[in-house]
Amino acid sequence: MAIELKDVENIAHLARLQLSPAEQQEAQNSINNILHMIDQMQAIDTAGVEPLAHAYEASQRLREDVVTEHDQRDVLLALAPNADRGLFLVPKVLE
Amino acid sequence: MLKQGIAAISSSLSKGEISSVEITQAYLDQISRHNNDLNAYITVTAEQALAQAATADKIRSAGNAGVFTGVPIAHKDIFCTTGVKTSCGSRMLDNFIAPYNATVVEKLLASGAVMLGKTNMDEFAMGSSNETSYYGPVKNPWNRSLVPGGSSGGSAAAVAGHLCPAATATDTGGSIRQPASFCGLTGIKPTYGRVSRWGMIAFASSLDQAGTLTHSAEDSAIMLNIMAGFDPKDSTSVDLPVPDYCATLNKPLAGLRIGIPRQHFAEGLKPEVETQIRAALHEFEKLGATIKEISLENNHYSVAAYYVIAPAEASANLARYDGVRFGYRCAKPVDLEDLYKRSRAEGFGAEVKRRIMVGTYALSAGYYDAYYIKAQKVRRLIKNDFERALNEVDVIMGPTSPHTAFPLGSKTKDPVAMYLEDIYTIAVNLAGLPGISIPAGLVNGLPIGLQIVGRDFDEAKLLNIAHMFQQATDWHKQTPGA
Repeated sequence: MAIELKDVENIAHLARLQLSPAEQQEAQNSINNILHMIDQMQAIDTAGVEPLAHAYEASQRLREDVVTEHDQRDVLLALAPNADRGLFLVPKVLE
Repeated sequence: MLKQGIAAISSSLSKGEISSVEITQAYLDQISRHNNDLNAYITVTAEQALAQAATADKIRSAGNAGVFTGVPIAHKDIFCTTGVKTSCGSRMLDNFIAPYNATVVEKLLASGAVMLGKTNMDEFAMGSSNETSYYGPVKNPWNRSLVPGGSSGGSAAAVAGHLCPAATATDTGGSIRQPASFCGLTGIKPTYGRVSRWGMIAFASSLDQAGTLTHSAEDSAIMLNIMAGFDPKDSTSVDLPVPDYCATLNKPLAGLRIGIPRQHFAEGLKPEVETQIRAALHEFEKLGATIKEISLENNHYSVAAYYVIAPAEASANLARYDGVRFGYRCAKPVDLEDLYKRSRAEGFGAEVKRRIMVGTYALSAGYYDAYYIKAQKVRRLIKNDFERALNEVDVIMGPTSPHTAFPLGSKTKDPVAMYLEDIYTIAVNLAGLPGISIPAGLVNGLPIGLQIVGRDFDEAKLLNIAHMFQQATDWHKQTPGA
């Protein structure tokens, strides 16, 4: 399978990446090369094979519902590019 | 002293031949002399290191020292370290001061180890040459025009260049074993789930595993004794007892059954590398092992399956970098979508963006079955191959990489060529098995590695085999320019 430039635009949008026209072109070429390599696996017959998501097929472990985290509110907010009065600030979403 | 590993430094400290402050200062001096050149460290934590060393010396003089008390090490910059920049080799996290320690960091700290700093790496561990780092490429101490391998290239160059005696590292597709091979080190990737991933920045969560880069199997055993074990904070951490990896290092190898996969000695392997690997295998025969050819039929498809699964998991894991809560934010965003898109476009490098896009595509409507589900089916076939083989033999051996370290810049324009670097290592991650690379010879003055793969949770056996080889040979003692 090969992708077109419009597919690159769509993928970049889904992944929330702003690409310049030159970057889109480069992405189309390199992704197509990668997909070409990946397509080798289409040659294997996998009929009746169960997909393996995880080497041990482990199921998610549950823990007791108790508080384990201590309050780090100020430390975490200090890492934000823009925060004020306990809130993460972003450009206006609603007019 | 600076050419020693953990075991020798620990012994000198306990005999009082040197203090932790002295050895720590000696490594810091080494770093200031050579790091400009090698670019192995992103951050050097000199003040903190000397304070930790002074504390370690006090603990030792009070008679409470353990094997690691006062021994300096470095951490790959993928492990969160409280109050210290944790960049993951990315502009995205250039301003990120971790609010907590990774479990691996916490355990080593509790053991008395001194942290010298944080090592360079491919951005978000995506690379096989350490050339995708935002902080520039790392040079191979054996020859500065060559790559050290990746993604743990900074850790490998720091150990090989004697800018630290040992370092932590991570391996998603070969990122410990291939740099170990290129830099003449012992590098172990434990079984998936053996070492906690908590606080280790995620790339591909079903494949990522923490391990070590050291000068010897004995040093790896000392380090893994501290690092391994169940962690309730990592939901895929495995709750099994941890054996004393040092206790079984000297077990004789008589009767050991070694499998060599036909597919790892096929086209693409450099003949000079093959000669050295065969010589190493002969050494094991002298130690009483038997060798049998085996087949890993689907190994050929491991790179293809990996480059669906790893990017798919990465595209989900890296969705958290949105320019809102931490990390890089673009200047003057006009709206929320612009903030997301430009922060991510400017914060991530080309290879990371490429993999996010491949993963996004593989998971997108209409392609999920053809790519993601297909790759997971191939993953099962690859795991089945290993299970079948490891019923007949105790361990699998072969080259870690088809060649020695390659020149800086020689593969950066061709992502697929770079991906194929991991042809012998990547299947091991897909199957979750433990693997180790040990120095097994020199080709034109450059190190090559022998990979040993074992059954689930057989790290003790891998370290025993590696140690016995290192008692019989001195390839692991070869150092750059020596």
